[in-house]
Amino acid sequence: MTEEAAIPSFRRGVKFRRDEVRDAWVLLAPERLFMPDETAVEILKLVDGKRSIAAIIDDLVARFDAPREVIAPDVIATFDDLKARGAVQC
Amino acid sequence: MLNPGPVAAPPMGLIAELTHRCPLQCFYCSNPLELERASAELSTDEWRAVLDQAAALGVLQVHFSGGEPMARADLVDLVAHASARGLYTNIITSGVQLTDAALAQLLDAGIDHIQLSFQDAEVEGADFIGGYRGGHDKKLAAARRIREAGLPLTANFVVHKQNAERVEAMIALGEALQAERIEIAHVQYYGWGLVNRNALLPSLAQLEHCTAVVEAARVRLKGRIIIDYVVPDYYARRPKACMGGWGNRFINVSPAGKALPCHAAETLPGFTFPNVRDETLGDIWQHSDAFVRYRGTDWMPDPCRSCDRRELDWGGCRCQALAIAGDAAAVDPACAMSPAHHLLADAVAEAAAAVDVPLVPRRMGSARR
Repeated sequence: MTEEAAIPSFRRGVKFRRDEVRDAWVLLAPERLFMPDETAVEILKLVDGKRSIAAIIDDLVARFDAPREVIAPDVIATFDDLKARGAVQC
Repeated sequence: MLNPGPVAAPPMGLIAELTHRCPLQCFYCSNPLELERASAELSTDEWRAVLDQAAALGVLQVHFSGGEPMARADLVDLVAHASARGLYTNIITSGVQLTDAALAQLLDAGIDHIQLSFQDAEVEGADFIGGYRGGHDKKLAAARRIREAGLPLTANFVVHKQNAERVEAMIALGEALQAERIEIAHVQYYGWGLVNRNALLPSLAQLEHCTAVVEAARVRLKGRIIIDYVVPDYYARRPKACMGGWGNRFINVSPAGKALPCHAAETLPGFTFPNVRDETLGDIWQHSDAFVRYRGTDWMPDPCRSCDRRELDWGGCRCQALAIAGDAAAVDPACAMSPAHHLLADAVAEAAAAVDVPLVPRRMGSARR
């Protein structure tokens, strides 16, 4: 499982961008693409290759005024999923 | 013919088949038997207009394919044009023309990803299938160039009776080339693959071997290399979601500008496929009979229309229904509930009994009898 100290970044060839036609965020990768849900979008916006997962959790806890023990498992599970799909490395 | 119909969600991908010209002659090429000549190809400006319309329509990724897309002198211009429109750009290439200079130009143009095809894990088999001596070594060199340039790489291996024993070596080669993604894709039996089916269709034991190797490799390489695996339908009990559903995710534009719901759709009789020279991609996507006819679930025969998998497999493949069951609107014979399902087992038996089958190379005019 992904550790909180890990620093996530997009893998080579992965782009996270706004799609104006669908009015939605999309994650584009080699010959695949993902439509992240609202939670994943907020997480992905914080992926910059510098912030750790712990820092991303802290940011979301502060902004959404939610308990850390609620946010943290969601964030970890999202990164586990994105890693398995080849979209991020951490 | 215009069909009003409900408004369809925008397409995700454009497959731009720039040309049918190719230095290789693979016996299972996905191009149609009637290859388009260079003189029939869309011009650079026509392709630019297609890319503009695709981006406006909501296409997110463009896959420059062929034939060999690098046979088009304007590939770099088109990649740059697509990239400037925000499209994710992918080239599906044999790699035999991917020199240092060509790659440098593509990088400047903003290429996002390259898929390199391999015909085998070893040179002898690969050069035989491709019909191009020295091709395999050029591909290895191209893969290294892509790697050194820092671009993501997919290594695509096409699997069949004659190379299924080497699927482990194929994955090892993909690993050695440091691909982000490996495709282990069994031949799909349409067009050239169908013509050469008796020489290519693997046995059940071969398929099971491939599947076991892929499953083990996926566990071992998890989080490092994605392995996409495509099986032949001939041993299936349920159909594949061909193209993610008819007119659901993709538009394929042929070298001469025909807009197709899949690259093999030209084999279907009773269609007039719209041309991007005459109509916009948006009109074609929303209103053309060709895209609307098998979209969604309303067109489905029984038992598809009441099946709980109808929005998972979208009724499978229309081209296969035509090729095997003789009717494009029939249940895909890959489904065990199709009355024609036994014809796949018959084809397996025929291929198993076939010895010294002459292979027909993919060449202009070679499939004519």
